[in-house]
Amino acid sequence: MSATRVAAPAASRTAPEGPAGRWQVPTLVRHLGIAVAAALALVAVSYGLEPFRNFQLATVAAYLCATAGLTVLTGLNGQLSLGHGALMAVGAYTVALSQDAFAERGVTAGGTLVVSLLAAVLVTVAVGAVVGAAAARLRGPYLAGVTLAVAVVAPALTVTFAGVFNGEQGLAVPVAPPPEALGVYFPYERWQLWVAGSATLLCLVLLGNLVRSRYGRTFRAVRDDEVAARLAGIHVARTQVLAFVVSAAGAGLGGALLAVLAQSVSPGAFSLTLSLFLLMAVVIGGLGRLAGALWGAALLVALPDLTHTLTDLLTLSPAAAQRLEGNLPLAIFGITLIVVMIAAPGGVQGLLSRAVATLRARLPGRRS
Amino acid sequence: MDRFVFLTLDGLSRGAVYAAFALALVLIWRAARIVNFAQGAMAVAAAYAAYSVSAATGSYWLGFAAALATGLLLGAVVDVAVMRFVDHRSPLNPVIVALGLVLLIQAVLGMVYGNEFRPAQTPFSRTAFTIGGVAALSPYDVFVFAAVGVVGAALAWIFTRTAVGLRMRAAAFAPDVSRLLGVNVGGMLTLGWALASGVGALAAMLVIPTELGLHPHAMDLVFVSAFTAAVVGGLDSPPGAIVGGLGVGLLLSHVSGFAGSDLVPLAVLVLLLAVLLVRPGGLFAPVTARRV
Repeated sequence: MSATRVAAPAASRTAPEGPAGRWQVPTLVRHLGIAVAAALALVAVSYGLEPFRNFQLATVAAYLCATAGLTVLTGLNGQLSLGHGALMAVGAYTVALSQDAFAERGVTAGGTLVVSLLAAVLVTVAVGAVVGAAAARLRGPYLAGVTLAVAVVAPALTVTFAGVFNGEQGLAVPVAPPPEALGVYFPYERWQLWVAGSATLLCLVLLGNLVRSRYGRTFRAVRDDEVAARLAGIHVARTQVLAFVVSAAGAGLGGALLAVLAQSVSPGAFSLTLSLFLLMAVVIGGLGRLAGALWGAALLVALPDLTHTLTDLLTLSPAAAQRLEGNLPLAIFGITLIVVMIAAPGGVQGLLSRAVATLRARLPGRRS
Repeated sequence: MDRFVFLTLDGLSRGAVYAAFALALVLIWRAARIVNFAQGAMAVAAAYAAYSVSAATGSYWLGFAAALATGLLLGAVVDVAVMRFVDHRSPLNPVIVALGLVLLIQAVLGMVYGNEFRPAQTPFSRTAFTIGGVAALSPYDVFVFAAVGVVGAALAWIFTRTAVGLRMRAAAFAPDVSRLLGVNVGGMLTLGWALASGVGALAAMLVIPTELGLHPHAMDLVFVSAFTAAVVGGLDSPPGAIVGGLGVGLLLSHVSGFAGSDLVPLAVLVLLLAVLLVRPGGLFAPVTARRV
């Protein structure tokens, strides 16, 4: 153990050349390359899938923004947030109000959506900064309790200020149709996938670079040992607020995209259960790895769909089927969360990386 | 003035329930250093058990006993079957597992009973006596005070006057030494979970009839209020939980009476944030050295 510590500085001096001594691709270029490849794959996939699957994939993309943001916060910075459902609601309602305002003034160009999404991110960042400033002073169960309170209280606020948010009814989100250049018969769901996919890829590239940057390293340092981080000259509270803000931006964009996909927002969609779902997704996917967020987001969409087909197979009375369909995914999520936490705290991505690491260690002459 | 008196008494009655629920949180925190986020869901499960038993037998009191029994049993089962296997080195892990339990319990309740509100009955009338023209306590409020008072006194007696209570405190304070001295530390922990969950079940039985009714999510806001109460009093202090619970009850009652019931959740959040930012250890916390 001590030998590797002594060897570490020497290794870091040769870092720009990479482990094998060859020139390493800069992180930004690599991430952009992956994003372009993913975008091309998405476009190809969007032509191959039926409209409903396109819509589901777009929903995965929207969830992915939020789970990636939560991964940065919980996995990399060690702060637990049960309030990300509420932050998603902030983004969603901002998009709704902004799009409504545009529609009232008769502006229906496609560009308004970009402005609205940006506004959603900015407003959520502001809210996240406030919550994060409080969160930076709290630890463990206290932080969980405060963010839980945020998640429970936020939907109630839409009823309190029903004049703006229209209470339980919620708001409609007017969204422009696909541009005419794509043709008259361009399926709307494919357009939705393109919009959500491009926003999510942009979000992921930014987050991916942040994670590999100096800031990402300070996030992890604070997570692993606050005292040591402080001794190394890291401003702990500022780092924690920054992590919360970044994470809130992801959640805000995710919520905004969900609202755009559903073309409506209502408080029922952003209940405490959504916050717990997000947490479950990042835990099962694997805390501390952005790739884990993808597994989690996919699971959030796939599991309810699977249970739906399952309940269709069983012959049940309509009432029983309805109860089962609404609650079976929750039960499965709950059990999975408990089992993963006890048996495999690294989640899916942790299991994968451990398998890869074991393989590499077996190969002679290679440093892992 | 009449209104003020009424709201104060109503707030104290509501606060007594929050106090009991906060006490349940404090019990587990002191025993296992876990804030049991599944407390609300476990308590609702106990209340549903009471609903079924009452519906089958027609007796409120059999249902009440069933709720307490279910609460005790559920607490013990959660500890033995789940919490014992959780890695406690990171404080995140027990919290996440407890949230998994919340999802699971609420889903099972939803599957069995459906996600609609069911009426919950009370053993006594909720019509208030009038004293000198002022609406004061109802018989049900008196029952709430008596139940919470009896439970609080019983817990105080168990922990300070009995051998089991001494063992439970020892097991929580110094597990390794206690084990060497022959204390069944695991058993004491399970007992602590059972007691706490039983108290939580009692609180649910008392509070649910005063709200909208029985629902898998009926205790969500109560949990947040009780957590606030526990934090106000300091998570380590049982008397603090009682005082915090009564204080939170009073505050919420006055907010809902004078400013509108819509603002109650917001008031809880503001109070929780204010206490945590000004005095994170709670009002009753002793001064502690900073851990490095």
